[in-house]
Amino acid sequence: MRGDFTDNLGRIYGIYVGAFAIFVIAMAILEQLGLPAKYILWSYMGLTVLVYAFIGIMSRTSQVSEYYVAGRSVPAVYNGMATGADWMSGASFVGMAGSLYVLGYDGLAFVLGWTGGYVLVAVLLAPYLRKFGAYTVPDFLGTRYGGNMPRLLGIIVLFAASFTYVTAQIYASGVIASRFLGIDFEWAVFAGLAGILVCSMLGGMRAVTWTQVAQYIILIVAYLVPAVWMSTVKTGVPVPQIMYGSVLGDITGYEQQLGVAKSHVQPFTNYTPRDFFFLIFCLMVGTASLPHILMRFFTTPTVREARKSVGWSLFFIFLLYFTAPAYAAFAKFNVMDMFVQAGGTLPYDQIPAWMYRWGNIGGNALISICGVAVTDQAAVMAACGAEKAAGFSFADLTLGRDMIVLSTPEIANMPWFVIGLVGAGGFAAALSTADGLLLAIANALSHDIYFKMIDPHADTKRRLLVAKLILLVVAIGAALLAQTKPSDILSMVAWAFSLAAAGLFAPLVLGVWDARTTREGAIAGIVLGFGTTLFYLVGNVYGFDLIKGSGDEVNWYDVKSISAGVFGIPVAFVVTFVVSRLTPQPSQEMQQFIRRLRVPRGGQLLEQAH
Amino acid sequence: MSDQIAPEAAAAHWAKTRTLMWICLVVWAVFSFLIHMFVGYLNQITFFDFPLGFYMAAQGSLIVFVVLIFWFAARQNAIDEEFGADED
Repeated sequence: MRGDFTDNLGRIYGIYVGAFAIFVIAMAILEQLGLPAKYILWSYMGLTVLVYAFIGIMSRTSQVSEYYVAGRSVPAVYNGMATGADWMSGASFVGMAGSLYVLGYDGLAFVLGWTGGYVLVAVLLAPYLRKFGAYTVPDFLGTRYGGNMPRLLGIIVLFAASFTYVTAQIYASGVIASRFLGIDFEWAVFAGLAGILVCSMLGGMRAVTWTQVAQYIILIVAYLVPAVWMSTVKTGVPVPQIMYGSVLGDITGYEQQLGVAKSHVQPFTNYTPRDFFFLIFCLMVGTASLPHILMRFFTTPTVREARKSVGWSLFFIFLLYFTAPAYAAFAKFNVMDMFVQAGGTLPYDQIPAWMYRWGNIGGNALISICGVAVTDQAAVMAACGAEKAAGFSFADLTLGRDMIVLSTPEIANMPWFVIGLVGAGGFAAALSTADGLLLAIANALSHDIYFKMIDPHADTKRRLLVAKLILLVVAIGAALLAQTKPSDILSMVAWAFSLAAAGLFAPLVLGVWDARTTREGAIAGIVLGFGTTLFYLVGNVYGFDLIKGSGDEVNWYDVKSISAGVFGIPVAFVVTFVVSRLTPQPSQEMQQFIRRLRVPRGGQLLEQAH
Repeated sequence: MSDQIAPEAAAAHWAKTRTLMWICLVVWAVFSFLIHMFVGYLNQITFFDFPLGFYMAAQGSLIVFVVLIFWFAARQNAIDEEFGADED
């Protein structure tokens, strides 16, 4: 059956796309016939999760290599789609266009930073990690540098970068589920958890791979449809990525009419140029260091496919990221247009219904006018005061970054079947990233700690049982944490890139490209690089009493905490390089091993016990 | 063992691989950082209704990255074949 499946991938996913299109059309027809919105939204959520569960159960496995690396049988194009879904988190789907809406040009640091890193992955790491044939990223460190210490340090960095990230994904899935299903956030988190576990628990990497492909298809369609819709309405041409050039001009015109100070296309109105470039650098190097991304390239059949697969990954990511600025421009134009049509200020009795719907979602400051949440007309009028009695201006309206994508279909008066589609897309984005992260954490704990350090003689059955149990425990732990809406944890997600970059990039890259790098060099590099970044992050955000704003925060050259990697990354490289040259060179066997690592011929280096 | 290629061939293979790596990193650095430092000048040029500086950050650089990776994969495969280092 396995051979049948990979041989027929094109047909299977072709049928899947066809069925999904029929489902969307059916929803459109049922809406015309008067099916209430609530049932449409429930159908989207329910059906997509059922599909993921079906794939997850069909892909269950009792083989170790299937569980950890999908049997190394994933073709480049499909691995590219899976990596795309793995990469594009709930935050990318939900928040990227929102950041661009708010920040204008400066937000493009995220677009650049989250794509350019794949060049580093392709050139410096992916082919060599595939040739090596590890199950996890710490596995590479443990073998290349020898002993448990590098392996353990790798796990610590992996955990620091991935755990807050997975908590945020479960939180995002909870927000989306509660908004679209109309249930309490506390319960919605567990809907998200269930969606994640059905994909990953029974089949590990194999199940996650094939559900991620399915999730990519849904999320990209869900992202493109509203953008194409807005482009067609505004310009008559359904290619938003090209047509928004003229919309940028319209926005500039509106900005002058409405007296908006910060221009959308002007660079460096929110960030200084230095902040902008530091951020790009940290996001790019972080991309090339995040274990849940690197491990996707362990699953291709060959080194050659691994290289090509990075290209496909970036292509599929590019489809969403080059649409995001268009999405932001059309959304901004629509909101500005509302004010221009009303003559500059919008009277309070003309506040549209969607503002109240989003303003009334408790606990999240998603939309505010004159500084208060848009709960009812009286509250807004009171906040804006007497001198704005006639109405409020565009500048008084603050939209949260996380609501732009989810609310734009409502703002642009799209039908419910499109709104449901966007909800399903956001849910798919959050679930697929959570799955990848969860697997990265659980695999490191089960393979690197349990199998390699605690019980190297464990048989296959026991290893898989432990792997699945650890996955369950980590997932439930993250869900319980997400349920408490931990604002500090959520803001720590931005740290993941700098932490991973400072802790892992130098030992991975030098491990391949510099044969002289020694165990001592790598250990010192990880400890000092990661330590420097962590020191700056904690010190800059909290200070050493761990309380925000108490005055003891450190601040080096005004570098923002999100770019803390600019200190740790060079420290890690310099320390690893210098210490390596001061210690005896690696053994003859290790140098032979590195020479073989660089040559694709001859199959993978590690033959894992099955 | 079939994966042993002659030491001279291996050294030449690695030298070419390393050159390709540096070429890719230079292109990457130019389109990640350097051209965006001139966004002010580029914005005076209009390209498909876009200010060119904005366009390069929103689309141009991304297209370069995608093409660069596929080009790299093809070049590296050619280098592997030249020295008999490709997979059987």
